[in-house]
Parts: sequence; structure tokens; C-alpha cells
Amino acid sequence: MLIIGERINGMFSDIKQALIDRDPTAVQEWAKKQEEGGARVLDINVGPGVADRAAAMKWLVEVTQEVSDLTLCLDSTDFNAIEEGLKVCKKPAIINSTTAERDKVEAAFPLAVKYNAGIIGLTMDKKGIPKDSDSRLAFAMELVAAADEYGLPMEDLYIDPLILPANVGQDHGPEVLETLRQIKMLANPAPKTVLGLSNVSQNCNDRNLINRTYMAMAMACGLDAAIADANDDELIKVAAAGEIVLNQNIYCDSYVKMYKTR
Amino acid sequence: MAVNIVKEKTLSQVGLVKLGATKEEGGTRAVTYTIGGDAALPFHHFEGKIANRPIVAMEVQDIEPNWPGTVKKHFEGVLDKPGEWAKKCVDEYGADAIYVRLEGAHPDGADKSPEDCVAVVKEVLGAVGVPLIVTGCEIEEKDNEVLVAVAEACTGENLLIGFAEQENYKSLTAACMVHKHNIIARSPLDINICKQLNILITEMNLAHDRIIIDPSIGGLGYGIEYAYSIMERARLGALQGDKMLSMPILCTVGKEAWRAKEASASEEEYPAWGEEEERGILWESSTASALLQAGGSIFLMRHPKAVSLIKNNIEQLMKDNSY
Repeated sequence: MLIIGERINGMFSDIKQALIDRDPTAVQEWAKKQEEGGARVLDINVGPGVADRAAAMKWLVEVTQEVSDLTLCLDSTDFNAIEEGLKVCKKPAIINSTTAERDKVEAAFPLAVKYNAGIIGLTMDKKGIPKDSDSRLAFAMELVAAADEYGLPMEDLYIDPLILPANVGQDHGPEVLETLRQIKMLANPAPKTVLGLSNVSQNCNDRNLINRTYMAMAMACGLDAAIADANDDELIKVAAAGEIVLNQNIYCDSYVKMYKTR
Repeated sequence: MAVNIVKEKTLSQVGLVKLGATKEEGGTRAVTYTIGGDAALPFHHFEGKIANRPIVAMEVQDIEPNWPGTVKKHFEGVLDKPGEWAKKCVDEYGADAIYVRLEGAHPDGADKSPEDCVAVVKEVLGAVGVPLIVTGCEIEEKDNEVLVAVAEACTGENLLIGFAEQENYKSLTAACMVHKHNIIARSPLDINICKQLNILITEMNLAHDRIIIDPSIGGLGYGIEYAYSIMERARLGALQGDKMLSMPILCTVGKEAWRAKEASASEEEYPAWGEEEERGILWESSTASALLQAGGSIFLMRHPKAVSLIKNNIEQLMKDNSY
């Protein structure tokens, strides 16, 4: 279970301020803190309302890499900003994200191939998030076909079947789980799967409880990665234990510690 | 349409461990070895680099061993001279390394002192130029004295010393760390304990490139399939990036193979089993060749003919079969 730390995001006020002042302190603190928590990839998002997104992305990537060797996940709807980030990444990154719309696919997949990056593909188009599993799968299949078309290794494609908050779209919960199961059957080798996990508990009570419960369920259905709160220790423990009970990792008494330090 | 051959992709590789040290490196060895480093399943040259060939170490003891006559006769005249015995193994029988087993330290046996044990190791070091693997008598308290003394006296030689076990690893780990040797981490045919012991040892700050796994093999007919599956799981773990299962593996083939009744029962007793010595050789070499396929990197062996068979087998398997 790959935890992609969600905290370096201009949506959070400390990161927003860091971007305005070009002061790397908060960014670098979160990079280190998330790695210590158990993140193995760091999401990098300049947030809303930034004038020059490309310059902001480049700066965030650079200052993050000064203190961390983790893989970066460049999170933007602006492919120019993503490409500016990719140019300065020291190791292959992950592009976050493209929808299954043709014009987006045509821009995003060649970018991934050019920079040897992974890519997160969302099972949606401009009409928005589908209601059921079958419609999500149709988009997933388009993303798989795109990977084939552009020569992106299937293991570098992360399909996100898009979970909605439990208090908004409760009926989506089981649909996403079913989608996760089916995605693994779309190709061999199978594409990877990812969720923006914290979304499941947006504006709910006991958010961490919902997050970790859903992550455990999703892991059993084939979830490979989650953009999540890497400093929610109980969540990390569930990820560690989940890998053990799913026989993805060999048990040892120090399995939680090993999960965090590997 | 072109055929697309599916190959297993691996994320990581088996770790590297160096055995022995030359004069420039602070030791006295004429040759040293780097073992491990495979980036694929054993000998799958077509899926990844098989970096280093497995090595065979021949066993020398500090007392006359209770081995069958079919083995002992090849060491006639040197069984009470560990140095000459080791030299014979290297010069005549092609041993890559020497395995010194200090069985004489056993409190219920010869009960040799740590000083006497050190002298034996020194004698072997003086007689041959290959790296040494040293183990004690497998009585915890005594080994903690003997092996710590050996580690200290042989500082710089980069020995491989065993055995550390889950209930008794601290003294040996500390000694290996201070005196810069490698350690054999032994687990009782248990992948979980194997992993945990490697964690415990690295938590004492001995680097993981100083650890060799001994999974406790069984000889042919005596649980070899359990050893095989554990070694296979460790290798798969290593290739998936599990650092705590990525250490190269050592197999105590000689000890386990020659324990089997089939290896040493006389022809008179079992006429249908065939010629005694040939049978024993085959028992030892079959045990080794199976474990070679499972991913062993260091083979501790006894019979010269079995050693030559397995070295030949290794040479064949190291031929590139990539396509």
C-alpha cells in the first residue's frame, strides 16, 4: 500500500503562505514529517489562486527535493505546470491527473512517456463523476487503451475510480469498491489503482475512522495507493496490517515499524 | 504482429555481501568474493542480472569429525591438522572458501579454550588465501566466548561468523560490528523469524550488507522442500524490495546431507541402495543443486567429488541464457 502524502498543497494556509513568501520552511517540514509518518510519495499541489502555476510548481518541487528523496506526485489540472515540475524532478514522478476525455489523454499520456512518469487517470469525463461501477469501468478501459496506445507501461498507470464523501454520495462507496475489483481484470499486467482517500470523509464526523475503514476495504478490493494523511498514525497502521493479512508483505514482529521505515 | 515476451519485472535485488579482505583492505586474503546481487529469480539471466556466482566452502574442523569413512578417506593424514586440511581443500579440491567449524569447543567434548580456537582459525588463515567462514560448537554460552575471541583476534579479515539466532544474537552482532566481520543470521525454517532477526541485527547498527541468512535447510528427503519454499519466498521478497529479506543465503549442505541414513548406510545393510560412496556423493550434490535453484549463494560442503559436481553445475547455470 503506497501512501501518497497529501499535505504539500496550496489549499492549506501554511503552504499557501510559503508559496507567497517563497519561504521553503513549511514545505520542507511537511516533506520530512510525511516521510517519517509513512508516506513513500509526496503529492505536490500549488493550490487555487496562484498566478504563475508553472513557476510555483517548479519551486515546490525544487525545495521539496532539497530535503526528500521520495517520488513526487505532481498534482495540477494545468499540464504546463506539471511539465515545468517534471523537468526538475530528480527521479521519475507521477502525474496527477488526467480524466478520460480524449483531449486530456492526448496531452497527458505523451507527457508521462516523455518523462518516464507514472500517471493517475480519473474515471470521468467532462460530464463529471459516474454514478455506478459500470460507467467508471468504461472510462477505466479507455485509460487502459490509452496506455497501450502511447506505450506507457501498465504498471505506471494509476486508475482512480473517484470516491465521494460518505455524507454526500453514500451510494458511491460500494460502486467504487466493485470498480477497484474489476480494474484489476482489465489488463495483464493490471493497471494500478489509487484513491483520493480523504475525500470519503469530507465534512463527516470522525473522519479518520471513515478513512481507515474505507482504506482497509479498498485494499481488499485491490487498492494499490492512496493520497492520504500520512501523519494519521492509525491509518498507517491499518495499511501495514492490511499488507500482512493480504499476504502482500511477509510478516515479522516489527511489521508496523518496517512499513514506516522501508 | 510481433510476439511480446512477458518477463517478470523486479523492483529490487538481492543484497551484496563481501567476504574476506586483502592486504590493502586490512586483511591477509589472496582472494575475496562479493556474493549476492541477483536481480531475478535464480539463474533467470533473461529477466535480470545474475551478478555473482554462488560459492562453495569446504568444511574443516578442529577435531577429527565423526564423518563416514567415505568422506574422511579423502582427508587422510590431515584430519588433525586444520591448516593442511584447509590447504588440501583449496589446492586439490577447488574449494572457493573454507568453513572452519570449531566443534572442539563443545563443553561435553574436547572443551577447547577460546585461545585454542583462535589458534586453529589463525592456523587456517595462515595456510590458505581464501576467505573463511567460522562457526562455533552451537552451545550459546561457549560460542559467545569463542566467537567473540575469534572476531577480535581476526580483526580486518572480514570473516563470516555464525550463528546468530533470535534468542542469542547480541554478543556476536556487537563483535562483528566492532571487529568488522559478517554475521550468519540463523532462523529455524521460519520466514517470519528470519525477517525479524535481520531487523533485530540491523537495529543494533550492523549494516545489512554484513548479514547472511541461514534459513536452516533440510537435506534431501528430510524437509528440503520446506527450505526450498522458504528460500524462494525470501528471494521473491528481496526482488519486491523487502530489504530485510534481501540478504544472500547460506546452506549447510554437508551437515544436513550426510546426516541422512541414505547418504552413509553401508552397502551390506542396504544392497539395493547401490554403492555407498557414490550414493553419499549424490545425496550431498543433489541437496546442493536443489538449493542452488532455490537461490543459495554460499554452500558449506564436505565430499570433494560432490563439491566438484556442484561447482560444475554452478558454472553451467551461470552461462547467460538471456534472450
